[in-house]
Amino acid sequence: MVKPPIMRSSHGRASGLGSAKEGVQQWWLERVTAVALVPLTLWFTASIVGHTDVGYMAFIAWLRAPLTTILMVLLLIALFHHLALGLQVVIEDYVHSVAKLPAVITVRLACFGLAVAGIVATLRIALGY
Amino acid sequence: MTAKVPRSTSVPAIRTSRPLSPHLQIYRPQLTSVLSFSHRLTGVILSVYAVALVAWLSAAAAGPQVFATAQSLVQSPFGKILLLACTFSFFLHLCSGIRHLMWDTGRGLELGAIYISGWVVVAVSTMLTAVSWIVGTTLAR
Repeated sequence: MVKPPIMRSSHGRASGLGSAKEGVQQWWLERVTAVALVPLTLWFTASIVGHTDVGYMAFIAWLRAPLTTILMVLLLIALFHHLALGLQVVIEDYVHSVAKLPAVITVRLACFGLAVAGIVATLRIALGY
Repeated sequence: MTAKVPRSTSVPAIRTSRPLSPHLQIYRPQLTSVLSFSHRLTGVILSVYAVALVAWLSAAAAGPQVFATAQSLVQSPFGKILLLACTFSFFLHLCSGIRHLMWDTGRGLELGAIYISGWVVVAVSTMLTAVSWIVGTTLAR
């Protein structure tokens, strides 16, 4: 069966319905994660600058300190959440082919995977496994 | 030749062959557009370094031998160049990001203020990169 053509313009179909009420969520979360990343990344950079040539034992001791473990896990969560949202905007702006949706899904899933991998590595060190 | 093309498909074909505006090859770069693009570019670059961060943590979790290999890669001349690029990308994205957050509150959107904050971003991110590397190499001695 051939569908009858919709005899209304896109504007005509959308007008009067209001916004979808959800569009602002990604924009907002990108800002919230950005605000979280300002102190977290500054802490991380300052820590790395202070530990440029330390050996394995000193690095492990640093990461095992409770505050360091907490901040590292928070950094990984905020970082990969921000990364997923930011890269999605970049893909949506520049990829206009059929690759757009697979690219967005791949980036989102990779961000989940990398965040979990980073958190597990941090916790393995912190808990001594 | 063009007469054989149906009318419905020939119109977009003509449209795509027309020059686009702004014409990027002859467009004089401004601080505003350069920083806008740099913010995106450094964001994408930093995503790659985020993967390296996870690899580095995983190397530490794997044990002293793997961590030593990871550290030797980071401490190599090429590794240090990549780390310097990472430091500058980070500070530029951080400063530029704070500028964006300021704009989101509705402040500093006048043309003059945009150029002032733009140059502040360039100056502060360059300065912070230099300071962190000077401090880092001094502490390493």
